[in-house]
Amino acid sequence: MTDLASPAVMVSSRSAENRRDIGIKRRYAAERRFRAYGISAIAIGLFFLAVLLWSVVSKGYTAFQQTTITLPIEFSEKVIDPKNERATDPKRLQTVNYPVLVRDALVKQLGIDPKKRPLVKQASDMVSDSVRTQLRDIVVADPSVIGKTIPVTLLADANIDSAFKGQIDLKVAESKRKVKDQQVAWMNELAEAGVLKKSFNTGIFSFGASSRPEAAGVGVALVGSAYMMLIVLVLSLPIGVAASIYLEEFAPKNRLTDLIEVNINNLAAVPSIVYGLLGLAVFVNFAGMPRSAALVGGFVLTLMTLPTIIIATRAALKAVPPSIRSAALGLGASKMQTIFHHVLPLAMPGILTGTIIGLAHALGETAPLLLIGMVAFVVDYPGSPLEPSTALPVQIYMWANEAERAFVERTSGAIIILLIFLVFMNLGAILLRRRFERRW
Amino acid sequence: MSTSLLLLIIVLIGFIAYFTGRARSLALTGGKLANLHSLPGYHGSYVAIWAVLPAALVLAAWLIASPLYIDSAVRAALPGSVQSQGAANVQLALGQVKSVAVGLNRLNAAEVAAIESGSANLRQTLAAKGVALAGEGEPYMVKAAQHLNATRLHSRWLMSAAVLLVAVAGGLYAIRNIAARFRARNQVERVMLGSLIVASSIAILTTIGIIGSMLSEAGRFFSMVSPTEFFFGTVWDPRFAAAGSEAASGQFGLLPLLGGTLYIAFVAMLFAVPVGLFAAIYMAEYASPRLRSTAKPLLEVLAGIPTIVYGFFALVTVGPFLRDISTQLNGLVTGNYQNFIQAQSVLTAGIVMGIMLIPFVSSLSDDIITQVPRALRDGSLGLGATRSETVKKVILPAALPGIVGALLLTASRAVGETMIVVLAAGVAARMQVNPFEPMTTVTVKIVHQLTGDLEFTSPQTLVAFALGITLFVITLCLNIYALYIVRKYREQYE
Repeated sequence: MTDLASPAVMVSSRSAENRRDIGIKRRYAAERRFRAYGISAIAIGLFFLAVLLWSVVSKGYTAFQQTTITLPIEFSEKVIDPKNERATDPKRLQTVNYPVLVRDALVKQLGIDPKKRPLVKQASDMVSDSVRTQLRDIVVADPSVIGKTIPVTLLADANIDSAFKGQIDLKVAESKRKVKDQQVAWMNELAEAGVLKKSFNTGIFSFGASSRPEAAGVGVALVGSAYMMLIVLVLSLPIGVAASIYLEEFAPKNRLTDLIEVNINNLAAVPSIVYGLLGLAVFVNFAGMPRSAALVGGFVLTLMTLPTIIIATRAALKAVPPSIRSAALGLGASKMQTIFHHVLPLAMPGILTGTIIGLAHALGETAPLLLIGMVAFVVDYPGSPLEPSTALPVQIYMWANEAERAFVERTSGAIIILLIFLVFMNLGAILLRRRFERRW
Repeated sequence: MSTSLLLLIIVLIGFIAYFTGRARSLALTGGKLANLHSLPGYHGSYVAIWAVLPAALVLAAWLIASPLYIDSAVRAALPGSVQSQGAANVQLALGQVKSVAVGLNRLNAAEVAAIESGSANLRQTLAAKGVALAGEGEPYMVKAAQHLNATRLHSRWLMSAAVLLVAVAGGLYAIRNIAARFRARNQVERVMLGSLIVASSIAILTTIGIIGSMLSEAGRFFSMVSPTEFFFGTVWDPRFAAAGSEAASGQFGLLPLLGGTLYIAFVAMLFAVPVGLFAAIYMAEYASPRLRSTAKPLLEVLAGIPTIVYGFFALVTVGPFLRDISTQLNGLVTGNYQNFIQAQSVLTAGIVMGIMLIPFVSSLSDDIITQVPRALRDGSLGLGATRSETVKKVILPAALPGIVGALLLTASRAVGETMIVVLAAGVAARMQVNPFEPMTTVTVKIVHQLTGDLEFTSPQTLVAFALGITLFVITLCLNIYALYIVRKYREQYE
């Protein structure tokens, strides 16, 4: 281009080029820097997501395996019921010192001299304390086992469990760790004999709270969470949809509906702990509902979820084109019929998506539940929403506060379970949107 | 008759009413459906509504009013010696009478007779049935409890009768109204509209509930501790009063908690705002559709993770990591291997909260940036500005109000966040500026004051409501202002 131009133009264009040249280099460098900032910001976000998930999964996947010891337990009548009172005294079978049976079986299996007390103690420490209830339940369910020898699969103690999974550094001096060398030797011996082995941990899904990590599970918490989700769904979906229909389709534009609108937007941003205070003051304190009950938790989470559902529902209703309404009205349907027969079904995918996302939030919510007393040590399954129960995230919170290292594994395992639930709910929402979303 | 059984019967009556109404309207058509003003289903619904709704209202009113009435009746029946001992003692006696009443229902006739004659100990007999009494029962309590049980039984029967009567009467009245030209649909739709209005007023009721409950409880707190001491106190030390003493021992200074809350929120914003904002800008202005469609949902996964998970992450991963790295750094520089960052610290909580806030900042800002009109962008690019210059000089200034609103919304979330700080920030309430030391927040103290055994009369638990209302007001102001800005901004470009 410059070759063809006249000399006079060339001079001016060269000077202009010089001027531009300096600027452009700097400006392009700034452009590249800016772009790099953007990429690194996204990278930082994704990096932390990866670290978070990796940290939870790497700590928690072992929680789905549990070391068990299968021993032939002799339900000796001498230990369980020496005076043969079980027919007359029903409490007799409840109070037996069952761990003795396990101790004897273990001593026999390992060939320890029963007179060496410290050794016997070390051996019986390898088995969880939960054997007491486990054996008691077996005997109470079927007293005819007394006098027989049957193989029973027992939970290993949390320390042995950790050692067997290779989580305990055995190079550390023996006095500084919880597993003794002798126990490790026994552990390997039992493992070689096929008596001690790792298997899938069904307990984490079925057990309740326990101070012993190996016997602790989220089963009871899952039931509590299920009750609450049911209550939230049953209450918040109809109320939320009804409220949105009124606000979107019927409400006149005036100060009051404006106020409701601002109010709902604001409620969506109120800290969740405030809902906990509300639940404590109104439901528990004023209305006299039971503390720690899933019912109150469900109510509180309902109030918390409602704004989310209302906002999603209104958006879904807004997205239905006016032509649908006009067509229905034109054919003689009343306004109510138009909305319930035509607009609402078309908006349903959007509403359900919003509801699932709201439920997912409610499922992971912890803070308000702490305040209404769901931080409870609940061992038994709650039979109804009125009984004391706990919830999955609260269980995670309680385990996170436990000092024992084996609880870190359990906590991470429980978080994995929670995240899997959330992933499924969100996937469901996405699929619903993909499958039914209509572009008008 | 139990309440749930009664409810079941009402529902049953409702079903019967529906089908009766429907059948009656069909019978009136004379074989031609067009003779009816409303479809038969509406006639059925009309009758069902008349059968169920008034009965349900009566039931609800009775359930609310009768305990109040019975309470006051039993209270009045307490002997004068108790009445004269002050309100607290009367309340105590009333509670005992109620426990006795529950216990009496579990006893058989012989045991009741033994208690009445005084030959059996009331407390032991009831304890055997699983009812624990707070003190030794007195003879008058048994009488009062029997009276209470009798009144309750009466009330229950009266209620059942009244409710069923109203249900049947309502249904019959409605059936009589049905006629071929009767506007059943309009009536039903009016009820539907009414229920829609009731549903949407729940949002308002929630707000009123929040404000009302917190104000009343906080009011009780401020009657024990002066507001100036609370709002301007610099020492937080809510020592629990010794059992039985009424004195409000302990100091309730808000400032250390507020300081910690704002400090941690500030650190979190310091971390989240640049990352979130740059991510949003890149996503809106540079990213290819493919990158956008994968990176954006992935970042939003961060928003879907429950905060308790972040708290645990801070507790077992970030906190120890920062502590160990500070030990190494200190050792390299000074040779003294001593950590200068605590595992629980402002920094730990701030960083983890910042990670949680990244998706909030980025998706809110992304929405706002993409709302800036295409023409502004094209104009700037057409004049020869680079993309980054366009962003810095044109788009950001245009989007600034919206972004400020988004940041305020994010800040309100940071201030109200609970689980991360409960696990990662520490519990020591103190005022200091070192981000490597633990501090505590308003939300942490609300949780601490309200978990465990509660007694709703001590300032130690009531202070949680004063903290709660402070938190609510702060976030409310942030939210309303932010929503106002965002709304204004939207209107500007719509």
